[in-house]
Amino acid sequence: MIESREALATMFSAKGSKVNTNRGAEYYDSLMKTMTKRLEELEKSPAATKTSIKSVLEAEGLTRRDFMKWASAACAALMLPSNFTPLIAKAAELMNRIPVIWIELQDCAGNSEAILRSDAPTIDELILETISLEFHETLMAAAGHQAETHLDEAMETFKGKYLCVVEGAIPLAMDGLYGTIGAKAETFKDHLLRVAKDSAAVVAVGTCATFGGVPAASPNPTGAVGVQDVVRGKAIINIPACPANPANITGTILHFVLSGQIPELDHLNRPKFAFGYRIHDNCERRAHFDAGEFVEEWGDQGAQNNFCLYKMGCKGPMTYNNCSIVRYNSGTNWPIGAGHGCIGCSEPQFWDKYAQERPMSDTHFKAPGGGVEKTVDEFGLGILTVAGIGIGIHAAASVIAGNKEGDK
Amino acid sequence: MATKHIIVDPITRIEGHLRIEAVIDENNVITDAFASSTMFRGIETILKGRDPRDAGLLAMRICGVCTGTHYQRSIEAVEDAFKLTIPKNARLVRNLIQGALYVHDHVVHFYHLHALDWVDITGALKADPKLAAAEALKWCDTPHGAGEGDLRAIQERVGKFVKQGRLGIFSNAYWGNKNYKLTPEQNLIAVAHYLQALDMQRDMAKMMAIFGGKMPHPQSLVVGGITCVQDIQNPARIAEYKSLLNKARNFVKNAYLVDVLMAGTVYADEALDGTGAGLKNFMSYGDFKLDDTGFYNASQLFPSGVVLNGDLSKLYPLDQTKITEDVSHAWYEGASDKGLHPYDGVTNPKYTGLEKKEDGYAYLKTKEKYSWIKSPLYDDTRMEVGPLARLVVGLAAGDANFTKYATGFLTKLGKTLGLPTAAPASVIFSTVGRTAARAIETELMADVMMGWVDELAANVASGDVSTWREFDFDKVSKNARGFGMAEAPRGGLGHWIVIKDGKIENYQTVVPSTWNAAPRDYKDRKGAYESALVGTKVANPEQPLEILRTVHSFDPCIACAVHIVDTKGKELSSFKVNTSCAV
Repeated sequence: MIESREALATMFSAKGSKVNTNRGAEYYDSLMKTMTKRLEELEKSPAATKTSIKSVLEAEGLTRRDFMKWASAACAALMLPSNFTPLIAKAAELMNRIPVIWIELQDCAGNSEAILRSDAPTIDELILETISLEFHETLMAAAGHQAETHLDEAMETFKGKYLCVVEGAIPLAMDGLYGTIGAKAETFKDHLLRVAKDSAAVVAVGTCATFGGVPAASPNPTGAVGVQDVVRGKAIINIPACPANPANITGTILHFVLSGQIPELDHLNRPKFAFGYRIHDNCERRAHFDAGEFVEEWGDQGAQNNFCLYKMGCKGPMTYNNCSIVRYNSGTNWPIGAGHGCIGCSEPQFWDKYAQERPMSDTHFKAPGGGVEKTVDEFGLGILTVAGIGIGIHAAASVIAGNKEGDK
Repeated sequence: MATKHIIVDPITRIEGHLRIEAVIDENNVITDAFASSTMFRGIETILKGRDPRDAGLLAMRICGVCTGTHYQRSIEAVEDAFKLTIPKNARLVRNLIQGALYVHDHVVHFYHLHALDWVDITGALKADPKLAAAEALKWCDTPHGAGEGDLRAIQERVGKFVKQGRLGIFSNAYWGNKNYKLTPEQNLIAVAHYLQALDMQRDMAKMMAIFGGKMPHPQSLVVGGITCVQDIQNPARIAEYKSLLNKARNFVKNAYLVDVLMAGTVYADEALDGTGAGLKNFMSYGDFKLDDTGFYNASQLFPSGVVLNGDLSKLYPLDQTKITEDVSHAWYEGASDKGLHPYDGVTNPKYTGLEKKEDGYAYLKTKEKYSWIKSPLYDDTRMEVGPLARLVVGLAAGDANFTKYATGFLTKLGKTLGLPTAAPASVIFSTVGRTAARAIETELMADVMMGWVDELAANVASGDVSTWREFDFDKVSKNARGFGMAEAPRGGLGHWIVIKDGKIENYQTVVPSTWNAAPRDYKDRKGAYESALVGTKVANPEQPLEILRTVHSFDPCIACAVHIVDTKGKELSSFKVNTSCAV
């Protein structure tokens, strides 16, 4: 286990991946064929629920036009050309062929809460509703034995077909006894293995389920790890962030319906459509970074003028996620919009590396695994270190950062 | 000897992992009950050694539901330690984020986490939408979304769910249990509001995102103030907030409060006989500062204090030094006494496990340790916290707001029950009363917040854009300690911090579900859940609906309640048992 954590750390300090948004007509033609075939097959298979997105939309008073607007946005989010939009719409209608079993482990329910608030006009949420959340502790009506029986039944009925969505980390210390569930006091680890076993794929949602997150922060008292450190021999998709953006969860499931495969992933098993860019690349305050205009302390003139938050510890340059485009709560706002820097919540071990209100260069952070203070150079990515040397040479730093991206 | 021992695990529709075991006698009356949290993360240990300015972000992840509250309490603990008083704008913005959380949380709790204990979804299918629309008008002159057409559409939608045979998250509940007492029409109204509330709560969450950046887990508070300067400088932003608040307020008045009145009337016998009353010792830490005189001086919207044995005539002032945590029945090492104050808390995990019996099930070892939650005591007394505690303390303090809103509700309840006067105040000491107290408080909150929005707009318009109080970190963080104690939607929530040489030396939280969901204490006195369950009659032990009702009435939030602190710097790895994976 320790090896795999270190392997992660090594992977993380490797060069970032960039998404290729135009792969040429040949690629998309063949993709279109594969997806069409997949959807035809899906259509023949029995539905997990008889509710279809169509009937739900009708019940909600949403028009076909609203739906197509959503499909077009989802198509763009998945980085597919616009002629895929009808396929996306079709896939959404067939989503009830793919049941979802959602389990909560060492969590704070933040990701479930985020789903409850997913995008207006509620289509993402409706879809999740339609695809039959077979087991979701925070919301379900049944409790105790009835809840457990229901889980067993759903697993049997949809053997090999359901997606297992996991929220929360898995404590492995003390034989996994830091977390138990059910009348037989099954450990979270055994619970996860049992539910993951007959699933089609496992989707780890939130940074706790992906990389261990909060409980795994130094000194990791319960030996918490992410799903990929426990489940073997299954396709695993990581959708980190604290909490994960609901749009990315729906996008991933949609992709699975479309292709029968998991979306293209980066070296940390994150879907590239969502984690292919840095916060910094599309930040609304980026021009101020380039112009060397920074907030120097909370509430100063710079803050009143929405200057760049880098010197207040913003980790947007180190963080791969689409917050700056998708934002939160139906696009209402996002942390940088509210004047606070990014804390890097979609990156492994961000609590120990990034979640401070000071730039990496002058922070005293708690080094993972021990009390020794380490320098930024030992941890940081090349780009960040360069930027961290001094904001006085910010323009130079920007150029270098640009080169790094280019020389991939 | 016809007692039964039942286990309910997982308790669903709560945040976190909770198990309840109950002993039921031959008359199906609960004679004993045990609450246990089955998950542990060790967040306080993780916080130690970090920069106190960053603690709030991590401490917030204690819980994804009262998320912003932990964030604010943690930052306030540091501000208290540094002796900082934040600017007026910062105080108002924090109140608005926090207030929106109350409105949001209480609505979500009632409809999505609690209503299904009172409302039979399948019952709603038998309703006549026309009669249901007329029924809705009996309870309120301007009911929310309960016209005949609305109700018919909702009924058709739910009908589709039920007809498929697979109800998804609604399946396999205790539908049809005879302790569901609403008429089909009343069920239909409540189900309609359940579905409408899913939409409403999204807008309520937006209120928090306007000033908080996102929800859950907002990100705009810092030690010394707030960061959302552009959101308060922009009048359109404040106007957007106000319009969302107004919408929420209408829903609270014309749906939430009315449905609680309706359920309160139908289940009045359970309120009048005090089912689920529990400890009757109540405590409120107080919350929502109304002026800028700083910590623990400012006047507050919710008064602090302690009420014992349900005696509203006597209010004891709150003294935080009287709080201790006992670990006799919790999976930690320690002496069997009333325990230590949070500043001095010593806690080492000592998991003794459950007992697997021949039937394949695992049972709590209730004579020994059986939960990850410690048993907090106030002046060596067990306490209940939460909306009911705030209401009781507010009434005992003679607070004008609480008195007005509670009287309004009890007067209406008296009328719907056909009483010559208002319903007696004693009805609040029950499971139903706990649920009603939450609704009463939501109305109060929504009304008061309208004034706060205007106050913020006026203050910014007057030219005050100050959002942060400057401080010299190196100087104030040498040797300091402080506490952030106020309320969360679920009850008193406190963070205690000890800072040395710019780093966190000790950190401890005592939160709502620590008080309410705690196991027995060293004198074998029951915790609030345990105490509230005893004496309740269960109609069908195979379907312990009544247990869910009472436990849910507290709005459990278990992830918050479980932490550990270790002042001696002892490595937790020494408690590992045959494992190679802990770091």
